[in-house]
Order: sequence, then structure tokens, then C-alpha cells
Amino acid sequence: MDREHAAPLLEVRGVSKSFGAVAAVREVSFPLHGGEAHALVGENGAGKSTIVKVLAGVHEPDTGVIVLDGEETRPAGPAAARAAGIAVIYQEPTLFPDLSVAENIFMGRQPLGRFGRIDRAAMRAEAVRLFDRLGVRLDPDRPARGLSIADQQLVEIAKALSLRARVLVMDEPTAALSGVEVERLFAVVRALCEEGAAVLFISHRFDEVFSLCHRLTVLRDGTWVSTDPVADLTVDQVVRRMVGRDVSTLYPKEDVEPGDVVLEVAGLTRHGVFADIGFSVRAGEIVALAGLVGAGRSEVVRAVFGIDRYDAGEVRVAGERLPAGTPAAAVAAGIALVPEDRRQQGLVMELSIERNATLTRLKPLSRLGLLGGGRERRSAREWTKRLQVKYGRLADAVGTLSGGNQQKVVLAKWLATGPKVLIVDEPTRGIDIGTKAEVHRLLSRLAADGVAVVMVSSELPEVLGMADRVLVVHEGRITAELSRAEATEESVMFAATGRKAAVA
Amino acid sequence: MSARLAAPAVPPAEADESRTRFVRKLWLAREFGIVVALGLLVLVTTLDNPAFLSPQSLRDLLLGAAILVVLAVGQTVVIISRNIDLSVGAVLGLVAFATGKLLSTAPGTPAVVAILAGVGLGAVCGVVNGVLVAAARVPALVITLGTLYAFRGIDHSWAQGQQINASDMPRSFLRLGTWTVLGIPVLAVIAVVVMAVVGFYLRSYRSGRELYAIGSEPAAARLSGIPVGRRVLTSFVLCGALAGLAGVLYAARFGTVDATVGTGIELQVVAAAVVGGVAIFGGSGSVYGAALGAVLLTTIGSSLAVLRINPFWQQAVVGGLILAAIGLDRLLAVRAANRLRGRSSHGA
Repeated sequence: MDREHAAPLLEVRGVSKSFGAVAAVREVSFPLHGGEAHALVGENGAGKSTIVKVLAGVHEPDTGVIVLDGEETRPAGPAAARAAGIAVIYQEPTLFPDLSVAENIFMGRQPLGRFGRIDRAAMRAEAVRLFDRLGVRLDPDRPARGLSIADQQLVEIAKALSLRARVLVMDEPTAALSGVEVERLFAVVRALCEEGAAVLFISHRFDEVFSLCHRLTVLRDGTWVSTDPVADLTVDQVVRRMVGRDVSTLYPKEDVEPGDVVLEVAGLTRHGVFADIGFSVRAGEIVALAGLVGAGRSEVVRAVFGIDRYDAGEVRVAGERLPAGTPAAAVAAGIALVPEDRRQQGLVMELSIERNATLTRLKPLSRLGLLGGGRERRSAREWTKRLQVKYGRLADAVGTLSGGNQQKVVLAKWLATGPKVLIVDEPTRGIDIGTKAEVHRLLSRLAADGVAVVMVSSELPEVLGMADRVLVVHEGRITAELSRAEATEESVMFAATGRKAAVA
Repeated sequence: MSARLAAPAVPPAEADESRTRFVRKLWLAREFGIVVALGLLVLVTTLDNPAFLSPQSLRDLLLGAAILVVLAVGQTVVIISRNIDLSVGAVLGLVAFATGKLLSTAPGTPAVVAILAGVGLGAVCGVVNGVLVAAARVPALVITLGTLYAFRGIDHSWAQGQQINASDMPRSFLRLGTWTVLGIPVLAVIAVVVMAVVGFYLRSYRSGRELYAIGSEPAAARLSGIPVGRRVLTSFVLCGALAGLAGVLYAARFGTVDATVGTGIELQVVAAAVVGGVAIFGGSGSVYGAALGAVLLTTIGSSLAVLRINPFWQQAVVGGLILAAIGLDRLLAVRAANRLRGRSSHGA
């Protein structure tokens, strides 16, 4: 109880920040106490990332201050914030692909030897020590290029740890991590708290928030809603505060009578990545590919769509065999792929919303080979309206939208092609709960309309809530196929971690 | 493992392991390929004409490569941070002419002062480039294309068609171009020293590593608190200063300077860096590779002459080499990606 009265280690006081005419956060205040993990929750676009960037010194607040140890500060730039003892793990990893993992951790703060030279041996040893503490085995000498998203996130975490910061800000650090890695991260966070550090933890996963954090602040539409001890809250309360309304149901799965087999995959193999993958999907069915991050699920769907080659096996759509390695043929056959990484693979961030939404249908939209602005705009307007995308103008760069709305644009662009098979890879990663429900409703709707949906997801509740059938992938092989009735948290995790008994 | 690494003194086992690691790294290093190519080229040429390996011929080779090496080292520093400096040829020309002018009007000037003046003038040109690139946020390609013409224009309007000859310059300065230490031309020694110092800086100092970081991922560099603008400015100043040094060396070596000196050499410099494995989009490569690339390009020139191959072919060979270098990089990148992917799929 004495924590209640102790002066906070850091306080966000009356912070407002606008970008152009859009106010990202208005008059937000909350305290961070030493020795506590503090959750910051809110829908995407609620202003969480803006608060993070203010703390990181990336954005200077228009009004308001950061109070650190009772002194008002306005960190001028990331280096100053870091010097003040604030470490940040950003939502999107910020690594240098050409440099070694160890250098990525210590960039700008490398241990120095004689004459100001970098002491590489010390740097390497320190990196090994950090990874030991996190309980992961990563080669500090390998380049960061080619690391999986989970490994990249682990490097970010090691970087933040190495700062020995008093305030650690984590913007969705667990989005890409598997269960074991999340547990290890939490153990480290708890240890940091015991040493007196303050942790600001941002996550969309309530189980994590409730198991890790002591206090919880809710933001909605850029304004502060509440700050309470977690012990006094329930998930329902928090959700209602975030959304400002009741979320009817997160997983509005409609029951559908499956039709004919639309997608058939048999014996699909890519050496060293996945082997002997076989499954079929009927019209109206939602089939989930579950498993741990790095199990090879994304690689499978990429191969099915023709982005990656495969060494053996075949893919059939409505009985017709697809040529390998040609996405154009897959699109022509009626497959659509909403990729895992929407920033890199799903969207052209600099192009406008309108252009992005119509990229897949340049041919049908053009006349005599020329694209008329009118047709493009009408089509984009129609689809963004159907998916309820929130945007300023259609001509705005898609990069200015929040994560959830970006995902809707990716969906719009593919749904407009009228696909027979829709493959979605992590459809709701980094998306707030309100938009999540909308995306789920959309998927359910599509299945009801006769689309065969393949969903790759690392979120168990999503898999269990949405899928008619669950295929569990472990180290590149399908280890279990579970019906909706058979699929439980235990049975899926059992197969995902490769314990043979689960193969029914 | 961590216990052993934490020990203050390096145990013998560790030293041994680091040696094998070093040997393996040497094999994998991009520079190794260029050394092999260079060796093959020299071997073939020598088989045809043994005089190619005579001391005099080797001296000529080193002398010829020295200026290109100095320029390539400076260019590498800029390219690593995802920029490019096309104005180095113009800076070289301007400084060469300025040096000639200085020495012909004040013949008593010591060589050291001439060198410092040249480096200083080059650095000023570098400041102009760096400030424009950092402040205007326009790609360096465009900025330095502009300053290429601007510097060359200054050179022309200053020279007014005038040519400065060896007879106008003091003997002591011109000796710099022909002097040898233990049979090695001083120019080559200077080039090697420049390469070693800059290479050491890039590898072992924070600000040097930060240049790689900036070139690898500029947005991440900003988030890490790296002063991007200042580092980029520094890289351009360094490149300009080295182009200035190259200008002085040019004047000493050839003795005859006018306003057209060094025209078009910037493309050779970029070619040397690319052939030497410096990634044109920044983030990787070394000055050693770039220097080897410069030596390789120079050697191709003279060996084609020895082999009595039509000199017109030389450009085609250089072009082919650039494409081969890029192809090789691409191949290595794909193979590395495959290897890393295979590893991670087993690890998870």
C-alpha cells in the first residue's frame, strides 16, 4: 500500500501531441512507480504508440511534460531519453540487417578498450551473457539479416536490458513470441521490477497484462480513461473502457455447411523448411494453421501462393493444378494472400489508400490500358466503406493509417478480387480488440458466402474461436488435425510442441 | 562459455579458437575473391610476358593505383552510409590545379604545406556536399552531381585555359611523385597508410560503426540516437579531404595540370568500390576491398596492354567485372539467406 503514496519514478503529465490537424493524444497523465509493471491498453489509434515515442524522445510533446524523479524533463532526442535511463522496445523491430547481433545490441554504446577502440571480445561476452539471462541461444556474431521476427524481438529485448534502464517501455514485445519465450521475458521483467525498475507494458493480450502487471491505464481516442490497480479490474471492465461500448462477441463464428473441396495441397515439401504438407479446404470452411512462431506455417502458405518455390508436392485449386512459383497463376485461379508482415509485404506504404486498395485489379479497372482516376477512386471508396476503414482522405499515404486500418486496406485489396480461397497470415497481429472483432466478423461472413479461408494464427483463442478445423504444424510438419470439437488449448499446444501422443 | 569469456586474460584455447575463426573468416571474406582474381590476372599476364613482374613494372602498377586507391577509400566511407559522392573527380581536378598554382606562384612552399592546403581545400568541398545532403534531404546522387559541375566550373573559370607545367613547380615537390622507400613508391605508401588508418577507424571506433548502421537502416539509426546528420557530414568531409589529397598527389606525379584533370574518374572510383564488395546501398563493405578493387582495375589496364589486347576492350572488361561483382554479391546473399533460413527452422 505504501506504493500508493510513494512518489512515482516517472510521471507523464498533461501530454498532448498533434500531427497536423489530428490530435494523437490529448492531456494524458499517468504515473509509473518503481518496482511495478504498468500496462497501457487501448485500441489501435488510441495513442499508445505516441506516448511511447514521447517517452523515447522521438516526438516532442506539444504541451505537458515528463517528470522523472520529481524533475520536469523534455527528452530532446532518443539519445537524451536513453541517457536519462529510459529504454524502449518498439513495436516494429529497429535492427541493422548488415551488422552482427552483438553490434545491434550495443550500437553507439560499445564497450571501449584502450585508445577509445571498441572492445569486441567484451561486447561479444556481454551479448552472450544477456542471451543467457533471456535463456535464448542466438549467435552474437551472425548478422541480424534473416532473423525471424521473434528472434529480432529478442535482440531488441537484449538491447533494452543492456541499457540497465530504470524505466523500460515495451510496445507489444510479445506479439511475435511463442509461449515459452513470453514466459522467459516475463521472468526477466519481474526480476527488473524487483530491482526497482518501472516497466510500461503495452499489449493486446489480456492474459499477459493481468498476469504481469500491477497497474493498468486505459486510453481511448487519444485521451486518458482510467488508471487502476489490476487487482481491482476484470477483463470485461477493461474492454468496455477501451472500446467505450460492449464488444458483443470477439469471435462471431457462423455455422456453415461446407461445400466442395476448393483448395487441395498434397505432399508439399521444401527442403529444410517444411515436409509432406497435405490438407484440403472446402468452400465455406475456415481452416487454421496453428503452431509456434517459426514452425513453418507462413512458409507453407507462401509456397501455396507461389511466392516461394517448393521441391515436391502439388497444389490444386478446384481440381486444377497450379504451376509452382507463380503468384500470378495463383491470383488467376482465385487465391488471395494477406501476408504476415503488412508493412513490408502487404502494402506500399508511400502510396495512397486508394492506390493500395486497387493494386490487385489494375487490369479490370483500366480502360484501353489506361487507369482512369474516377473508376479507381469509386472502387476504393466502395471497399473502404464496406470494411469501415477510418481515414482522412483516400489520397493520404497508407502509412499514415493505424495498424488495424492498414490491415483492412490489405483485406480490401484482396477481397475486391472476389477470391475463392483467402489465405490470411496472422490477420489480427498488432490490431486492437475492436478492429479484431470486425476482422473476425468479416472472415466469418466471407466463409458463409462460400470462400475457403486458410488462417495462420499464433493466437490460440483466435484459432479456437474461428476455425472449423485446426491443423497444427510443428517444425515443418503437420502433427495433428483437429476438428472444432476436438480442438482445445491443451490439444493444440500438445501438438504444437511436438509431443507425439497428441497425434490422434 | 560465458565464464571463460569473462576471464580477464585470454587463455591459450581462446587464442587458438580465434585463430581458426580468423582463417575461416578470411576464406569467407569478400576481399579474398578479389585477391584471387588479381592473382590470376597477374599470373596469366606474367606467363605471356615475364617482364610484367619486373620491379619497374610493379612500381608503375603501384604508382598508377595509388591515386585511385586514395579516392576509393574516401568514396567507400560515403557509400557505406548509403550516400555517394560523384564530385570527387571535380574536387581532385580543382585541388590539383590549386596546388600547381600555389607552387608556381610561391615555389618556396614546402611539400607538407602544399599537401595540407590541398587536403584543406578538398575538405571544404566535402563540407559543401555534406551540408547540402544533410540539410536539403535530397539524395546525395543529385547533390553531388550538381557540385561535380559546380566545382569543375570553378576550376575552369580559374584556369582560363591555362596549363601549369612541371617546369613551373619546384623539384622538391615533384620528387614526391617519383620517390621510393625501399623500392616502394612514396605515393603507394601514402595510399596504404590512408587505407589502413581509415579501415581501422571504420572497424574499431563507435563513430565508424555508426556509419555502417546509418547505411544499413537509417530509420533505426535515428531511433538509436545516432547523430545521423553529423555522421553523414563527417563522411563527406573525409571523402572530400581524401579527394584533395589525391589532387595533390596527382599534381606531384604528373607535373602537368590544367582544368580537365580527373574528368570522369569518379565513375572509376565508384566501380572500384563496387568491384571491391562495397554494397551500393550501404551498410557493408570495407576500404580494403575498395582499395583492392582499385588495384584490380588499374592492373587490368596495364595487363591488357601487355597482352596486346585492344585497349577498347578494357572498358568492356571493367564493365563485365562490375556485373560479375554484383552477380557474385547477389549469389552470396541468396546462399547466406538459405543457410540462415535452414538454421532458424531447426532452431525453433
